Amino acid sequence: MSEEPLFDPSLKKRKKKTVAFSEDPLGADADPTTPAPAEIDNVTTNGDAVDMGPTTMHEQMLKQNAGPEDGEKKEDDDLKAMFGDLKKKKKKKEIPLDLEGDGSGTSTPVGAAVSEDLDFSDLKKKKKKSSKKAALDLEAFEKELNESKVKDADEEEGGDENQLQDVDETELGDDPFSRGGEGVSLDSGNEPWLKSDRDYTYEELLHRFYAQLHASNPALLTSAGKRYTIAPPQLAREGNKKTIFANVSDICKRMHRQPEHVIQYMFAEMGTTGSVDGSGRLVIKGRFQQKQIEHVLRRYIVEYVTCKTCKSPDTLLSKENRIFFMSCESCGSRRSVNTIKTGFQAQVGKRSKNKTG
Amino acid sequence: MSVQNLNTFDPFADEGDPLGSSTQDVGSQSNYIHIRIQQRNGRKTLTTLQGLPKEYDLKKLLKAFKKEFACNGTLVDDEESGQVIQLQGDQRLKISTFLVQEGIPKNTIKVHGF
Repeated sequence: MSEEPLFDPSLKKRKKKTVAFSEDPLGADADPTTPAPAEIDNVTTNGDAVDMGPTTMHEQMLKQNAGPEDGEKKEDDDLKAMFGDLKKKKKKKEIPLDLEGDGSGTSTPVGAAVSEDLDFSDLKKKKKKSSKKAALDLEAFEKELNESKVKDADEEEGGDENQLQDVDETELGDDPFSRGGEGVSLDSGNEPWLKSDRDYTYEELLHRFYAQLHASNPALLTSAGKRYTIAPPQLAREGNKKTIFANVSDICKRMHRQPEHVIQYMFAEMGTTGSVDGSGRLVIKGRFQQKQIEHVLRRYIVEYVTCKTCKSPDTLLSKENRIFFMSCESCGSRRSVNTIKTGFQAQVGKRSKNKTG
Repeated sequence: MSVQNLNTFDPFADEGDPLGSSTQDVGSQSNYIHIRIQQRNGRKTLTTLQGLPKEYDLKKLLKAFKKEFACNGTLVDDEESGQVIQLQGDQRLKISTFLVQEGIPKNTIKVHGF
Protein backbone atom coordinates (compact mmCIF):
# COMPACT_ATOMS: atom_id res chain seq x y z
CA MET A 1 0.00 0.00 0.00
CA SER A 2 2.77 2.35 0.88
CA GLU A 3 4.13 2.15 -2.62
CA GLU A 4 0.95 3.65 -3.89
CA PRO A 5 2.34 7.05 -4.97
CA LEU A 6 4.93 5.34 -7.10
CA PHE A 7 2.49 3.08 -8.83
CA ASP A 8 -0.35 5.07 -10.21
CA PRO A 9 -0.81 4.24 -13.88
CA SER A 10 -3.96 6.30 -14.07
CA LEU A 11 -1.88 9.44 -13.81
CA LYS A 12 -0.60 9.13 -17.29
CA LYS A 13 -3.72 7.67 -18.77
CA ARG A 14 -6.03 10.48 -17.88
CA LYS A 15 -4.15 12.71 -20.23
CA LYS A 16 -4.88 10.51 -23.16
CA LYS A 17 -8.56 11.15 -23.17
CA THR A 18 -8.51 14.37 -25.00
CA VAL A 19 -10.94 16.58 -26.84
CA ALA A 20 -14.45 16.55 -25.54
CA PHE A 21 -17.34 16.85 -27.87
CA SER A 22 -18.33 20.26 -26.69
CA GLU A 23 -15.73 21.62 -29.01
CA ASP A 24 -15.92 21.37 -32.71
CA PRO A 25 -13.62 18.45 -33.48
CA LEU A 26 -12.82 19.78 -36.90
CA GLY A 27 -11.68 23.02 -35.43
CA ALA A 28 -13.64 26.21 -35.75
CA ASP A 29 -11.12 27.62 -38.15
CA ALA A 30 -10.92 24.56 -40.36
CA ASP A 31 -11.19 25.55 -43.97
CA PRO A 32 -14.65 24.62 -45.19
CA THR A 33 -13.44 24.35 -48.77
CA THR A 34 -11.08 21.50 -48.07
CA PRO A 35 -12.76 18.16 -48.43
CA ALA A 36 -13.67 16.39 -45.26
CA PRO A 37 -11.93 13.11 -44.53
CA ALA A 38 -13.14 10.12 -46.45
CA GLU A 39 -14.11 8.28 -43.34
CA ILE A 40 -15.67 9.22 -40.09
CA ASP A 41 -13.25 8.14 -37.50
CA ASN A 42 -12.53 8.91 -33.96
CA VAL A 43 -9.62 10.98 -35.10
CA THR A 44 -10.34 14.22 -36.89
CA THR A 45 -8.58 15.89 -39.76
CA ASN A 46 -6.45 17.81 -37.34
CA GLY A 47 -5.19 14.54 -36.01
CA ASP A 48 -6.48 15.06 -32.53
CA ALA A 49 -8.56 12.36 -31.03
CA VAL A 50 -12.24 12.83 -30.47
CA ASP A 51 -13.58 11.50 -27.25
CA MET A 52 -15.72 8.54 -28.14
CA GLY A 53 -16.33 7.90 -24.49
CA PRO A 54 -13.87 6.54 -21.99
CA THR A 55 -11.23 4.29 -23.42
CA THR A 56 -11.14 0.71 -22.41
CA MET A 57 -8.12 -0.95 -20.94
CA HIS A 58 -7.54 -2.79 -24.16
CA GLU A 59 -7.31 0.39 -26.15
CA GLN A 60 -4.97 1.92 -23.68
CA MET A 61 -2.67 -1.02 -24.07
CA LEU A 62 -2.82 -0.53 -27.79
CA LYS A 63 -1.93 3.09 -27.48
CA GLN A 64 0.97 2.39 -25.23
CA ASN A 65 2.37 -0.10 -27.64
CA ALA A 66 2.22 2.52 -30.32
CA GLY A 67 4.49 4.66 -28.22
CA PRO A 68 3.82 8.09 -26.74
CA GLU A 69 5.36 10.02 -29.59
CA ASP A 70 2.88 8.55 -32.05
CA GLY A 71 0.03 10.43 -30.44
CA GLU A 72 0.91 13.62 -32.23
CA LYS A 73 1.25 12.01 -35.62
CA LYS A 74 -1.43 11.90 -38.27
CA GLU A 75 -3.55 8.84 -38.21
CA ASP A 76 -2.44 7.85 -41.69
CA ASP A 77 0.98 6.75 -40.60
CA ASP A 78 -0.34 5.65 -37.26
CA LEU A 79 -0.65 2.04 -38.17
CA LYS A 80 2.68 1.90 -39.89
CA ALA A 81 4.39 3.58 -36.99
CA MET A 82 2.76 1.18 -34.62
CA PHE A 83 4.19 -1.79 -36.36
CA GLY A 84 7.57 -0.20 -36.65
CA ASP A 85 7.59 0.72 -33.02
CA LEU A 86 6.52 -2.68 -31.92
CA LYS A 87 9.41 -4.31 -33.67
CA LYS A 88 11.90 -1.84 -32.35
CA LYS A 89 10.71 -2.22 -28.84
CA LYS A 90 10.84 -5.94 -28.94
CA LYS A 91 14.41 -5.85 -30.11
CA LYS A 92 15.46 -3.38 -27.49
CA LYS A 93 13.73 -4.85 -24.53
CA GLU A 94 14.44 -8.46 -25.30
CA ILE A 95 17.91 -8.15 -23.95
CA PRO A 96 17.01 -6.86 -20.51
CA LEU A 97 14.25 -9.39 -20.25
CA ASP A 98 16.66 -12.18 -20.91
CA LEU A 99 18.94 -10.90 -18.25
CA GLU A 100 16.01 -10.68 -15.93
CA GLY A 101 14.90 -14.13 -16.83
CA ASP A 102 16.61 -15.85 -13.95
CA GLY A 103 13.71 -14.95 -11.71
CA SER A 104 10.87 -15.62 -14.07
CA GLY A 105 10.76 -18.03 -16.93
CA THR A 106 7.65 -16.50 -18.45
CA SER A 107 8.75 -12.93 -18.96
CA THR A 108 7.14 -11.53 -22.07
CA PRO A 109 7.73 -8.72 -24.53
CA VAL A 110 4.34 -7.26 -23.69
CA GLY A 111 5.73 -6.28 -20.34
CA ALA A 112 7.60 -3.57 -22.20
CA ALA A 113 4.38 -1.75 -22.84
CA VAL A 114 3.54 -1.82 -19.20
CA SER A 115 6.91 -0.61 -18.17
CA GLU A 116 6.44 2.44 -20.30
CA ASP A 117 3.32 3.24 -18.44
CA LEU A 118 5.11 3.34 -15.16
CA ASP A 119 7.63 5.84 -16.36
CA PHE A 120 6.93 9.24 -14.95
CA SER A 121 10.27 10.70 -15.84
CA ASP A 122 10.31 13.04 -18.79
CA LEU A 123 10.88 11.93 -22.35
CA LYS A 124 14.44 13.08 -22.54
CA LYS A 125 15.51 11.00 -19.69
CA LYS A 126 13.68 8.02 -21.06
CA LYS A 127 15.43 8.17 -24.37
CA LYS A 128 18.76 8.35 -22.70
CA LYS A 129 17.85 5.45 -20.56
CA SER A 130 16.56 3.24 -23.30
CA SER A 131 19.69 3.69 -25.36
CA LYS A 132 21.85 2.74 -22.45
CA LYS A 133 19.50 0.18 -21.18
CA ALA A 134 20.86 -2.95 -22.76
CA ALA A 135 24.28 -2.39 -21.31
CA LEU A 136 23.27 -1.22 -17.90
CA ASP A 137 20.30 -3.35 -17.16
CA LEU A 138 22.06 -6.04 -15.23
CA GLU A 139 23.44 -3.39 -13.00
CA ALA A 140 20.00 -1.92 -12.61
CA PHE A 141 18.55 -5.24 -11.67
CA GLU A 142 21.12 -5.73 -8.99
CA LYS A 143 20.46 -2.28 -7.72
CA GLU A 144 16.79 -2.96 -7.66
CA LEU A 145 17.37 -6.08 -5.68
CA ASN A 146 19.34 -4.13 -3.14
CA GLU A 147 16.67 -1.51 -2.96
CA SER A 148 13.94 -4.00 -2.42
CA LYS A 149 15.95 -5.49 0.37
CA VAL A 150 16.26 -2.08 1.92
CA LYS A 151 12.57 -1.55 1.53
CA ASP A 152 11.76 -4.84 3.12
CA ALA A 153 13.95 -3.96 6.00
CA ASP A 154 12.19 -0.66 6.30
CA GLU A 155 8.87 -2.32 6.33
CA GLU A 156 9.88 -4.70 9.00
CA GLU A 157 10.67 -1.76 11.14
CA GLY A 158 7.07 -0.87 10.69
CA GLY A 159 7.93 2.55 9.31
CA ASP A 160 5.36 3.39 6.71
CA GLU A 161 6.60 6.94 6.67
CA ASN A 162 10.11 5.74 6.11
CA GLN A 163 8.87 3.83 3.16
CA LEU A 164 7.18 6.87 1.74
CA GLN A 165 10.30 8.91 2.06
CA ASP A 166 12.27 6.21 0.42
CA VAL A 167 9.86 6.13 -2.47
CA ASP A 168 9.96 9.85 -2.79
CA GLU A 169 13.69 9.83 -2.97
CA THR A 170 13.74 7.30 -5.71
CA GLU A 171 11.12 9.23 -7.57
CA LEU A 172 12.79 12.59 -7.37
CA GLY A 173 16.37 11.49 -7.73
CA ASP A 174 17.69 11.54 -11.26
CA ASP A 175 19.12 8.08 -11.01
CA PRO A 176 17.90 6.43 -14.17
CA PHE A 177 18.59 2.91 -13.05
CA SER A 178 16.14 2.87 -10.24
CA ARG A 179 13.36 3.89 -12.58
CA GLY A 180 14.32 1.27 -15.09
CA GLY A 181 14.32 -1.39 -12.45
CA GLU A 182 10.92 -0.33 -11.28
CA GLY A 183 9.52 -0.43 -14.77
CA VAL A 184 10.60 -3.92 -15.64
CA SER A 185 9.33 -5.24 -12.39
CA LEU A 186 5.83 -5.81 -13.69
CA ASP A 187 6.71 -8.89 -15.69
CA SER A 188 5.02 -12.01 -14.58
CA GLY A 189 6.68 -13.57 -11.60
CA ASN A 190 8.18 -10.24 -10.73
CA GLU A 191 5.18 -8.17 -9.65
CA PRO A 192 5.78 -5.35 -7.20
CA TRP A 193 3.60 -6.88 -4.54
CA LEU A 194 5.81 -9.94 -4.29
CA LYS A 195 8.53 -7.91 -2.65
CA SER A 196 6.33 -6.54 0.07
CA ASP A 197 3.49 -7.97 2.08
CA ARG A 198 0.98 -5.41 0.87
CA ASP A 199 -2.13 -6.30 -1.07
CA TYR A 200 -2.14 -5.86 -4.80
CA THR A 201 -4.30 -3.07 -6.17
CA TYR A 202 -7.00 -3.48 -8.75
CA GLU A 203 -4.99 -1.53 -11.31
CA GLU A 204 -2.01 -3.79 -10.90
CA LEU A 205 -4.06 -6.88 -11.33
CA LEU A 206 -5.68 -5.40 -14.40
CA HIS A 207 -2.30 -4.72 -15.89
CA ARG A 208 -1.18 -8.19 -15.08
CA PHE A 209 -4.24 -9.63 -16.72
CA TYR A 210 -3.75 -7.68 -19.91
CA ALA A 211 -0.05 -8.38 -20.00
CA GLN A 212 -0.73 -12.07 -19.81
CA LEU A 213 -3.62 -11.90 -22.21
CA HIS A 214 -1.52 -10.20 -24.84
CA ALA A 215 1.39 -12.47 -24.14
CA SER A 216 -0.63 -15.59 -24.81
CA ASN A 217 -2.38 -14.21 -27.88
CA PRO A 218 -0.32 -11.51 -29.53
CA ALA A 219 -2.76 -11.42 -32.43
CA LEU A 220 -5.06 -9.27 -30.34
CA LEU A 221 -2.83 -6.25 -30.61
CA THR A 222 -2.18 -6.47 -34.32
CA SER A 223 -5.63 -7.38 -35.55
CA ALA A 224 -7.26 -4.39 -33.90
CA GLY A 225 -6.78 -2.27 -37.01
CA LYS A 226 -10.39 -2.93 -37.91
CA ARG A 227 -12.04 0.43 -37.62
CA TYR A 228 -15.60 1.51 -37.77
CA THR A 229 -15.91 3.57 -40.89
CA ILE A 230 -18.80 5.28 -42.54
CA ALA A 231 -19.02 7.01 -45.86
CA PRO A 232 -18.89 10.79 -45.57
CA PRO A 233 -22.22 12.55 -46.01
CA GLN A 234 -22.82 13.83 -49.52
CA LEU A 235 -24.38 17.23 -49.44
CA ALA A 236 -25.78 19.38 -52.19
CA ARG A 237 -27.51 22.71 -52.08
CA GLU A 238 -31.01 22.95 -53.37
CA GLY A 239 -31.77 26.52 -54.18
CA ASN A 240 -30.65 28.95 -51.55
CA LYS A 241 -32.15 27.69 -48.34
CA LYS A 242 -32.22 23.95 -48.50
CA THR A 243 -29.54 21.31 -48.25
CA ILE A 244 -29.83 17.86 -49.72
CA PHE A 245 -28.28 15.00 -47.83
CA ALA A 246 -27.99 12.38 -50.55
CA ASN A 247 -26.67 9.25 -48.87
CA VAL A 248 -28.72 9.14 -45.68
CA SER A 249 -30.17 5.74 -46.38
CA ASP A 250 -26.74 4.41 -47.19
CA ILE A 251 -25.30 5.68 -43.93
CA CYS A 252 -28.29 4.43 -41.96
CA LYS A 253 -27.85 1.00 -43.48
CA ARG A 254 -24.19 1.05 -42.48
CA MET A 255 -25.10 1.94 -38.92
CA HIS A 256 -28.00 -0.53 -38.80
CA ARG A 257 -30.39 2.17 -37.74
CA GLN A 258 -33.78 3.22 -38.97
CA PRO A 259 -33.51 6.31 -41.16
CA GLU A 260 -36.43 7.84 -39.27
CA HIS A 261 -34.50 7.68 -36.02
CA VAL A 262 -31.38 9.19 -37.52
CA ILE A 263 -33.33 11.92 -39.25
CA GLN A 264 -35.26 12.71 -36.10
CA TYR A 265 -32.03 13.07 -34.20
CA MET A 266 -30.48 15.27 -36.84
CA PHE A 267 -33.44 17.59 -36.96
CA ALA A 268 -33.58 17.84 -33.20
CA GLU A 269 -29.88 18.59 -32.96
CA MET A 270 -29.75 21.10 -35.75
CA GLY A 271 -33.00 22.78 -34.85
CA THR A 272 -34.51 22.58 -38.32
CA THR A 273 -37.04 20.61 -40.24
CA GLY A 274 -37.05 18.85 -43.55
CA SER A 275 -38.37 15.96 -45.51
CA VAL A 276 -37.35 12.91 -47.47
CA ASP A 277 -37.83 13.21 -51.20
CA GLY A 278 -38.85 10.54 -53.70
CA SER A 279 -35.41 9.08 -54.24
CA GLY A 280 -34.66 8.62 -50.57
CA ARG A 281 -32.65 11.79 -50.15
CA LEU A 282 -33.10 14.03 -47.17
CA VAL A 283 -33.96 17.65 -47.77
CA ILE A 284 -32.91 19.80 -44.82
CA LYS A 285 -34.11 23.31 -44.35
CA GLY A 286 -31.17 25.63 -43.88
CA ARG A 287 -27.63 25.77 -45.14
CA PHE A 288 -25.29 23.16 -43.83
CA GLN A 289 -21.79 22.14 -44.65
CA GLN A 290 -20.47 18.66 -44.84
CA LYS A 291 -18.42 18.95 -41.70
CA GLN A 292 -21.40 20.16 -39.74
CA ILE A 293 -23.49 17.18 -40.74
CA GLU A 294 -20.55 14.95 -40.07
CA HIS A 295 -20.25 16.35 -36.59
CA VAL A 296 -23.87 15.63 -35.89
CA LEU A 297 -23.52 12.11 -37.24
CA ARG A 298 -20.48 11.54 -35.08
CA ARG A 299 -22.46 12.44 -32.03
CA TYR A 300 -25.29 10.21 -33.13
CA ILE A 301 -22.86 7.33 -33.42
CA VAL A 302 -21.45 7.97 -29.98
CA GLU A 303 -24.87 8.21 -28.44
CA TYR A 304 -26.88 5.61 -30.29
CA VAL A 305 -24.57 3.25 -32.16
CA THR A 306 -21.45 2.39 -30.22
CA CYS A 307 -21.85 0.18 -27.22
CA LYS A 308 -20.98 2.07 -24.07
CA THR A 309 -19.44 -0.98 -22.51
CA CYS A 310 -17.24 -2.45 -25.20
CA LYS A 311 -17.34 0.37 -27.77
CA SER A 312 -18.34 -2.02 -30.50
CA PRO A 313 -20.57 -0.51 -33.17
CA ASP A 314 -22.27 -3.84 -33.59
CA THR A 315 -25.47 -2.94 -31.76
CA LEU A 316 -29.20 -3.16 -32.26
CA LEU A 317 -31.74 -0.54 -31.33
CA SER A 318 -35.17 -1.76 -30.36
CA LYS A 319 -38.19 -0.04 -28.94
CA GLU A 320 -40.04 -1.43 -25.98
CA ASN A 321 -42.79 0.41 -24.16
CA ARG A 322 -41.86 3.70 -25.73
CA ILE A 323 -38.27 3.40 -24.59
CA PHE A 324 -35.41 2.66 -26.93
CA PHE A 325 -33.00 -0.04 -25.86
CA MET A 326 -29.62 -0.61 -27.35
CA SER A 327 -28.32 -4.16 -27.14
CA CYS A 328 -24.79 -5.01 -28.08
CA GLU A 329 -24.19 -7.92 -30.39
CA SER A 330 -20.61 -8.52 -29.38
CA CYS A 331 -20.68 -8.19 -25.60
CA GLY A 332 -24.36 -8.70 -24.92
CA SER A 333 -24.85 -5.62 -22.79
CA ARG A 334 -28.16 -3.89 -22.97
CA ARG A 335 -29.06 -0.38 -21.94
CA SER A 336 -31.65 2.23 -22.54
CA VAL A 337 -30.74 5.26 -24.58
CA ASN A 338 -31.93 8.81 -24.29
CA THR A 339 -35.02 9.75 -26.14
CA ILE A 340 -34.62 12.38 -28.79
CA LYS A 341 -35.96 15.68 -27.63
CA THR A 342 -36.30 18.75 -29.71
CA GLY A 343 -36.46 21.19 -26.85
CA PHE A 344 -37.27 24.82 -27.18
CA GLN A 345 -37.66 26.12 -30.69
CA ALA A 346 -37.42 29.83 -31.11
CA GLN A 347 -39.61 31.75 -33.45
CA VAL A 348 -37.67 32.20 -36.68
CA GLY A 349 -38.89 34.00 -39.73
CA LYS A 350 -42.23 35.62 -40.30
CA ARG A 351 -44.93 34.94 -37.82
CA SER A 352 -47.54 34.90 -40.54
CA LYS A 353 -45.90 31.86 -42.11
CA ASN A 354 -45.97 30.00 -38.85
CA LYS A 355 -49.34 28.36 -38.27
CA THR A 356 -48.99 28.11 -34.52
CA GLY A 357 -47.67 31.61 -33.99
CA MET B 1 -32.61 -11.57 20.56
CA SER B 2 -33.08 -10.38 17.10
CA VAL B 3 -34.71 -12.25 14.29
CA GLN B 4 -33.48 -11.00 11.02
CA ASN B 5 -36.64 -11.86 9.15
CA LEU B 6 -38.71 -9.66 11.37
CA ASN B 7 -36.67 -6.58 10.73
CA THR B 8 -38.78 -4.07 8.94
CA PHE B 9 -37.46 -3.14 5.58
CA ASP B 10 -39.07 -0.60 3.34
CA PRO B 11 -38.40 -1.65 -0.24
CA PHE B 12 -39.49 1.72 -1.51
CA ALA B 13 -37.19 3.73 0.70
CA ASP B 14 -34.67 5.95 -0.96
CA GLU B 15 -31.40 4.15 -1.15
CA GLY B 16 -29.32 7.23 -1.67
CA ASP B 17 -27.43 6.91 -4.89
CA PRO B 18 -26.26 3.40 -5.59
CA LEU B 19 -23.63 4.52 -8.06
CA GLY B 20 -21.94 7.05 -5.87
CA SER B 21 -21.87 10.60 -7.11
CA SER B 22 -22.45 9.73 -10.74
CA THR B 23 -26.21 9.96 -10.65
CA GLN B 24 -25.94 13.04 -12.80
CA ASP B 25 -25.40 11.06 -15.96
CA VAL B 26 -27.53 8.06 -15.13
CA GLY B 27 -31.05 8.33 -16.31
CA SER B 28 -31.71 11.83 -15.10
CA GLN B 29 -32.37 13.54 -18.33
CA SER B 30 -34.39 16.47 -17.22
CA ASN B 31 -31.82 18.46 -15.30
CA TYR B 32 -29.39 18.98 -18.10
CA ILE B 33 -28.69 22.48 -19.26
CA HIS B 34 -29.24 22.53 -22.98
CA ILE B 35 -27.54 25.00 -25.26
CA ARG B 36 -28.97 24.89 -28.75
CA ILE B 37 -28.49 26.72 -31.97
CA GLN B 38 -30.93 27.59 -34.67
CA GLN B 39 -30.34 28.94 -38.12
CA ARG B 40 -32.01 32.12 -39.21
CA ASN B 41 -31.85 33.75 -42.56
CA GLY B 42 -28.45 34.04 -44.15
CA ARG B 43 -25.50 33.52 -41.87
CA LYS B 44 -27.47 34.50 -38.81
CA THR B 45 -28.07 32.19 -35.93
CA LEU B 46 -29.84 32.10 -32.60
CA THR B 47 -28.61 30.46 -29.43
CA THR B 48 -31.01 29.24 -26.80
CA LEU B 49 -30.19 28.29 -23.25
CA GLN B 50 -32.70 26.06 -21.54
CA GLY B 51 -32.98 24.17 -18.30
CA LEU B 52 -30.99 26.33 -15.91
CA PRO B 53 -31.57 25.52 -12.25
CA LYS B 54 -34.15 27.62 -10.50
CA GLU B 55 -31.73 29.32 -8.17
CA TYR B 56 -30.23 31.42 -10.92
CA ASP B 57 -31.78 34.73 -11.78
CA LEU B 58 -32.23 34.49 -15.51
CA LYS B 59 -32.75 38.18 -15.90
CA LYS B 60 -29.43 39.03 -14.34
CA LEU B 61 -27.74 36.24 -16.22
CA LEU B 62 -29.10 37.56 -19.47
CA LYS B 63 -27.75 40.97 -18.68
CA ALA B 64 -24.33 39.50 -17.98
CA PHE B 65 -24.44 37.49 -21.20
CA LYS B 66 -25.37 40.48 -23.25
CA LYS B 67 -22.57 42.51 -21.83
CA GLU B 68 -20.00 39.75 -21.98
CA PHE B 69 -20.72 38.46 -25.45
CA ALA B 70 -21.67 41.82 -26.93
CA CYS B 71 -24.91 40.56 -28.39
CA ASN B 72 -28.58 41.11 -27.86
CA GLY B 73 -30.95 38.65 -26.34
CA THR B 74 -34.27 38.13 -24.66
CA LEU B 75 -35.98 36.02 -22.10
CA VAL B 76 -38.69 33.86 -23.64
CA ASP B 77 -41.46 32.15 -21.72
CA ASP B 78 -42.21 28.72 -23.05
CA GLU B 79 -45.03 26.49 -21.88
CA GLU B 80 -42.97 23.32 -21.83
CA SER B 81 -39.47 24.42 -21.05
CA GLY B 82 -40.14 27.41 -18.83
CA GLN B 83 -37.99 30.45 -19.24
CA VAL B 84 -35.43 30.30 -21.98
CA ILE B 85 -32.60 32.71 -22.65
CA GLN B 86 -32.30 33.50 -26.31
CA LEU B 87 -29.23 35.21 -27.71
CA GLN B 88 -28.31 36.46 -31.13
CA GLY B 89 -25.51 34.69 -32.91
CA ASP B 90 -23.66 31.51 -32.15
CA GLN B 91 -22.77 31.90 -28.47
CA ARG B 92 -22.74 28.23 -27.58
CA LEU B 93 -19.10 27.87 -26.66
CA LYS B 94 -19.03 31.19 -24.91
CA ILE B 95 -22.07 30.30 -22.84
CA SER B 96 -20.69 26.95 -21.82
CA THR B 97 -17.33 28.36 -20.81
CA PHE B 98 -19.08 31.15 -18.93
CA LEU B 99 -21.26 28.69 -17.04
CA VAL B 100 -18.35 26.43 -16.25
CA GLN B 101 -16.37 29.37 -14.94
CA GLU B 102 -19.27 30.27 -12.70
CA GLY B 103 -19.07 26.85 -11.16
CA ILE B 104 -21.71 24.82 -12.96
CA PRO B 105 -20.38 21.30 -13.51
CA LYS B 106 -19.51 20.67 -17.09
CA ASN B 107 -21.23 17.32 -17.34
CA THR B 108 -24.60 18.90 -16.76
CA ILE B 109 -24.22 21.16 -19.78
CA LYS B 110 -25.18 19.76 -23.14
CA VAL B 111 -24.23 21.68 -26.22
CA HIS B 112 -26.32 20.77 -29.22
CA GLY B 113 -26.12 21.74 -32.81
CA PHE B 114 -23.79 21.22 -35.71
